[in-house]
Amino acid sequence: MFELSLCICGLASVICLWRVALGPTAYDRVLAVNAVGSLVIIGITLHGFFMDRPEFIDIAILYALINFIGTIAILKLFTQNKEKKN
Amino acid sequence: MAEFFINGFLVFLLAVIAIVAIQSIKVFSTVMLAGAYSLISAIIFVSLDAVDVAFTEAAVGAGLSTVLYIAAMKHLPKREKVVNDNTFFALVVCLVVGCLLVWASFDLPQIGDPMAPIHQHVGPYYITNTKTDMGIPNLVTGVLASYRGYDTLGETVVIFTAGLGVLLLLGDGRNNRDENE
Repeated sequence: MFELSLCICGLASVICLWRVALGPTAYDRVLAVNAVGSLVIIGITLHGFFMDRPEFIDIAILYALINFIGTIAILKLFTQNKEKKN
Repeated sequence: MAEFFINGFLVFLLAVIAIVAIQSIKVFSTVMLAGAYSLISAIIFVSLDAVDVAFTEAAVGAGLSTVLYIAAMKHLPKREKVVNDNTFFALVVCLVVGCLLVWASFDLPQIGDPMAPIHQHVGPYYITNTKTDMGIPNLVTGVLASYRGYDTLGETVVIFTAGLGVLLLLGDGRNNRDENE
């Protein structure tokens, strides 16, 4: 069960990375990196259960926080740039 | 065996991200790929049981350095300049250094080998005495915050001074520009 979930996570992160590389607009890239971050959180949790060490969940929570801060910082840059143009 | 496949897949992802990041011309996509790179390498650290390193990688690599790159990007052109110099010499140097490093890595002890020299020095002392000296179960925290407390204090002072210096040099980026214009 965990193996299948890990495989699906890996596949999904490959698809997301593809979008990061190709994504026509910057918003696609931000969204795709955010999705990769979410997949990493799921991946760490699954990996912990897969290796019988589920105590790593708190790291996954930390990642969730950092992922959020990074995305907010990038989006703030976008709004600043827009204000400059206007 | 499963761990081998997981680690292999993650390293493969890292290699692909690195190649794509080198090839891409847009600075923004390179920054985004660098963020994804350090997220994936953080999973590798978790998978290698180096949880504290994974913490640092996630906080500094994925969080802080992405924010710093983005802040620096405001002052940079949006696209990389394409350079067509002959990079053959650089490739040769990289390959030679890489081969030397791989060759040197054969001398390393096995991962998790309890008889490795690094585990013979002060490690056993920390393992036996952390609980009685500090009364906390986490060895890494015990070493960083108490046995090497002055070391950590010095590092904090250095980083704080560096940050202050950068802030004093650059200012907040608003007042100076108004005076120039």
